[in-house]
Amino acid sequence: MRDWRGADVISIRDLGREEIEQVLARAAEIEPDPDLLRGKIMASLFFEPSTRTQLSFASAMERLGGRVIGFSGVGGTSIQKGESLHDTVKMAERYADIIVIRHPLEGSARFAADVASVPVINAGDGANQHPSQTLLDLFTIKRFCGRLDGLHIGMVGDLKYGRTVHSLASALTNFEGIKLRLISPPSLRMPPKILEEELRGRVAFEEIQDLDLADLDVVYMTRIQGERFPDVEEYERVKGAYVLDLEACRQLKPEAIILHPLPRVGEIDPEVDRLPQAKYFEQAANGVPVRMALLSLIFLGR
Amino acid sequence: MEELKVSKIAEGTVIDHIRAGLAPLVLRILGIEHGYPGSAIMAMNVKSSRHGKKDIVKVEGQFLDEETINKIAIIAPQATINIIRDYKVVEKHRVELPERLVGLVKCPNRNCITNSPEGVETIFIPEEGGKLRCHYCEESVDLRRVELYY
Ligand SMILES: [Zn+2]
Repeated sequence: MRDWRGADVISIRDLGREEIEQVLARAAEIEPDPDLLRGKIMASLFFEPSTRTQLSFASAMERLGGRVIGFSGVGGTSIQKGESLHDTVKMAERYADIIVIRHPLEGSARFAADVASVPVINAGDGANQHPSQTLLDLFTIKRFCGRLDGLHIGMVGDLKYGRTVHSLASALTNFEGIKLRLISPPSLRMPPKILEEELRGRVAFEEIQDLDLADLDVVYMTRIQGERFPDVEEYERVKGAYVLDLEACRQLKPEAIILHPLPRVGEIDPEVDRLPQAKYFEQAANGVPVRMALLSLIFLGR
Repeated sequence: MEELKVSKIAEGTVIDHIRAGLAPLVLRILGIEHGYPGSAIMAMNVKSSRHGKKDIVKVEGQFLDEETINKIAIIAPQATINIIRDYKVVEKHRVELPERLVGLVKCPNRNCITNSPEGVETIFIPEEGGKLRCHYCEESVDLRRVELYY
């Protein structure tokens, strides 16, 4: 078993099956405890806003008795006056026992971890990594499907720019008998680099364009964003083809689950919310126990 | 084709078995350009017993430091380095990629912290299949397409 004390959590690539399972097991049992991290301070450095991630890290810390300092967005801070990331991190390590960082540049979190004397958790570095999101996705799948091996998982929509699906697909290569059905318009296919370097030979995958959801255990929806398309008509047409409504959901197995990293912008019809398969709100809520588990492991080793 | 005779050097380094066509890049790494005061010999597309065709670079009076050898290893991983003293090869070894390449390779990802005003030196880690991966942004780059800092 890996000793988590003092560990940085920067990339899902750094975590093997055993480490992932350790986090998920801790997340499954952890309860709020105001004494667990009493006296500990988290510096929450959000160089770009992400309400959901920021609040869920803060909630996790406070439920374990710790406290949170920090900022969200750089307006009015010394960063706006040109302070370097390096100097901000060196300041934060003196004020806090752990740093949670979100930053628009890829590699910023790894750099912060190299520079800081306290542990660093990456809460999103540009288009690169957001490991606690991937862990909460895996936790949600494990919780509802009962396992992470032998699953048939559909990923739908923007598979080109969607960081969450890249990281999730890469993390699933740690498990046995995974089948991926990659459902997207041709212009938003999973990048060949990920297919060839990360997935080929490790998981079975197929790429299709039709919203065929038959036989899937998990349907992972993503946002299709307008700015990815040169013209509006093309965007509307493509977006419309990947909407999950009650009709599309008739293909689903009763025990299948629907996930989405949220916020959604019309990819899932609100009518779907009342189906037993809709688990995206539970998924969002799972961000708190998964982040509690990470904090507990990093501070206490358990 | 008749064997091309490449003259010998007295003291210095011969970089042999460079993939055909890459000798000009090796010269650039060695800082041999317009106005270079020393003597150097470059041969391109000469017959090789191993690879069909190869390039060779010979530099009089230069013995390469580790950083220079690492740079050569990046662009010409099959090259050999021969140290010459008194017209004889006194040492011969293949170039080898180190575990980490620090400050040598440019990251192709424009949104990488190493391409920002933060001034972070690049670190690349060699991987299977002739690839390097950026320690920071995790972008991989094909060894044959790397861009070096000269
Ligand atoms: Zn990079």
